[in-house]
Amino acid sequence: MHGIVKTFPGVRALDTVQFKLRHGEVHSLMGENGAGKSTLIKVLTGVYRHEEGTILLNGKPISPRTPLEAQEQGISTVYQEVNLFPELSVAENIFIGREPKKFGLINWRKIIKKAREAMLRINIDIDVTLPARSYSVAIQQMITIARSIDFDAKILVLDEPTSSLDTAEVSQLFNVIRCLRDQGFGIVFVSHFLDQVYEISDRISVLRNGQFIGEYPISELPRMKLISKMIGKDALNTSDLTQHHKSRKNISNNQKIVLNGEHIGRRNSATDIDINIRKGEVVGLAGLLGSGRTEVANLLFGIDSIETGKITVNDKEVKSHSPRSAIKNKIAYTPENRKDAGIIPDLSIRENIILALQAHKGWIQPIRRNEQQRLSKHFIKALNIATTDAEKPISQLSGGNQQKVILARWLAIQPELLMLDEPTRGIDIGAKAEIEKLIADLCQKGMALLFISSELEEIVRDSHRVIVLKDRKKVGEISGDEIQLDRIMKIIASDSKKPVKKLINA
Amino acid sequence: MIIALKPKPQHLPLIATISVLLILYVTASMRYYGFASWYQTTSLLTDSAPLGLAAIGMTFVILSGGIDLSVGAVIALSSILLAQCMAGAEQGGFNFPSYVAIPIVLLVGIIFGGSMGILIRLFQLPPFLVTLAGMFLARGVALNLTASKRLAIVNEPTFDPLVNFLFFGLNLPAIIFIVILVIAIVISSYTRFGRVVYAIGGNERSALLAGLPVGSTTVKIYALSGLCASIGGILYAIGSQSGDASVGYLLELDAIAAVVIGGTLLSGGVGYVFGTLLGVIILGIITIIPTYEGDLNSWWTRIAIGGLLFFFIAAQRVLNSLCIKNTSS
Repeated sequence: MHGIVKTFPGVRALDTVQFKLRHGEVHSLMGENGAGKSTLIKVLTGVYRHEEGTILLNGKPISPRTPLEAQEQGISTVYQEVNLFPELSVAENIFIGREPKKFGLINWRKIIKKAREAMLRINIDIDVTLPARSYSVAIQQMITIARSIDFDAKILVLDEPTSSLDTAEVSQLFNVIRCLRDQGFGIVFVSHFLDQVYEISDRISVLRNGQFIGEYPISELPRMKLISKMIGKDALNTSDLTQHHKSRKNISNNQKIVLNGEHIGRRNSATDIDINIRKGEVVGLAGLLGSGRTEVANLLFGIDSIETGKITVNDKEVKSHSPRSAIKNKIAYTPENRKDAGIIPDLSIRENIILALQAHKGWIQPIRRNEQQRLSKHFIKALNIATTDAEKPISQLSGGNQQKVILARWLAIQPELLMLDEPTRGIDIGAKAEIEKLIADLCQKGMALLFISSELEEIVRDSHRVIVLKDRKKVGEISGDEIQLDRIMKIIASDSKKPVKKLINA
Repeated sequence: MIIALKPKPQHLPLIATISVLLILYVTASMRYYGFASWYQTTSLLTDSAPLGLAAIGMTFVILSGGIDLSVGAVIALSSILLAQCMAGAEQGGFNFPSYVAIPIVLLVGIIFGGSMGILIRLFQLPPFLVTLAGMFLARGVALNLTASKRLAIVNEPTFDPLVNFLFFGLNLPAIIFIVILVIAIVISSYTRFGRVVYAIGGNERSALLAGLPVGSTTVKIYALSGLCASIGGILYAIGSQSGDASVGYLLELDAIAAVVIGGTLLSGGVGYVFGTLLGVIILGIITIIPTYEGDLNSWWTRIAIGGLLFFFIAAQRVLNSLCIKNTSS
């Protein structure tokens, strides 16, 4: 792929990007969120059409218009979520839409025989007449792979294939990938798990902000260098950049611990996390996308119940943890996805603000109308929400102001702990600064905060203590003057096969 | 397909249906004299033919994850339209012979169903609402087609042979029911169209990503359902020698019940056309039991159908969770 350009209204998602895939190699495509990885893949697989540039397949120019066309030309994709028909048999899943026929009718015997062969080609021996849903997600993914290679694929694109697999399943998948690589397939691998990237790849290409940064053999790109290329900061120069924020006082260890989680974890979520948050303290959760930041917040708030470990709030152990009980314990959480999980678009600003307080009080005691108006007026002023009137539907506000309304909703219950997941995403710089200032003010007043952001600078600026996550595990914890960008990057880059601190699950 | 001694999990609902049918049939045969007779069997098939046809079409619709509420009204429309086409001018009819009238009726059924399919596909409308509108439309047209709601078809030289046809005691409605059933089983299991129906019901997004013809198949499914219902209307006309604009009220719900009792999941993707035959026969047996019982109120049939439906929905849910447990451990 050469000089690929793809623009969306207002954004140049790909700016003269190149990508070169050779036969018999596993090539990882790396970049932070919004770097253009998925756009590039979608151009390659025919979901999007590019505006400039050429795609050559074995020297011949191609321009797939639909995923089916790409598939016919030999480019197959396995997506993060498995795209199978769970109730149909494995064999049928592999052959649907192109069933072999005999006398105009589908030849089931041949389908079953060929499906078994296709699965055996990737060393999987299963009963192909059973419905696909009877197998694990990992096997289902192999079924999709078998389907792709039976299409005579030459290129296999694996988009976050491991995100829902456990360790054993990942190694099973990697065996299949290696087996295919040795058969001459070109494999594009996209994953947020750094260890996996280093385990399986032969080569890495890095994208950042829609631009091609470079292509490197795996041996010539140590982790530290990869991360600095991905986030675009030279690790050596970042330390002095953050120096002037170091004036913040350290939170003394005798402040009361508001929330304490010991060894908390859950299958397919974060595992074995130790975390505590003190009164008046901002704890930052740092890590790359997919490192388990949101998962930790979900565990703490009770959206996902914990399977291991225990959570105590104000020294009392929480037995049945749910968002309801969390709110009762004065824990508030603004989720990452404002649109889907936060605002209720058609309700007014006032109604959005009083929501959590009303839930906290219970429906038996409705909040009086003038109390509601007083509250919303107070928060509109206090948080500087730009609106003419509290009765406007929240959907008419800008992203930054919506975020403030959600903050107001939770502040109304006067929480002891406020968890903010990506509060600054998608809002403009001015609003970002205001929210960061608000965080500082709140903790000054003694509130405990958990702050999640994919922008490491924000974490470094605003946190008293930073917990670093990687591959859904805690890999480090730093506080005070240690909180520096290059330090966090170093922790993320360190090989978790040699863990910084080995934790034993009781 | 494959015959195995150990039943596959996907066949369990079908096995449950067969068991219920067997229990019902054996009990009824022992209790009622003359129940287990060839005569009773053929009349059961004949009486069930219109419902059976509608249920066959409905099976494809439900397998694809949709619903068709218009089938009862289409049966009425088809029977009255057939009578109207063949009636003499003094009754306001067109005096067509049956070999002209029947194709017209079938065509109307296909176009009616197909149009609903196009609306559903093109404007992404919920099938429930589109076919609900279709139900009112078809019923209204049927009631307005003739001055009288009911129109007898008598002394028609091209129609009477159809009425009087007998083959081993089976009359034409029963035979056509069986033939269409066999064709439908083949279509559902051995043609690409049939498999795409299952795929759409299983996961429409995956079907699109796999490059399957989701749009055209949706239209064909509703056209097929319309066709089946119009055949059902013709069979009703043959069986009763008349067209009736008020026949088939709530028949769409009986058809849905038959499909679900036959083991097809209402959410789509799972089920068999053969199961629908069993469901139709079970409903048929339940319906005629009060005539044997004599003093039994016929509303008991409704209660029995309701109970059976509950049982099957619950059983499917339990089976499903059992299957998942078995395989994940």
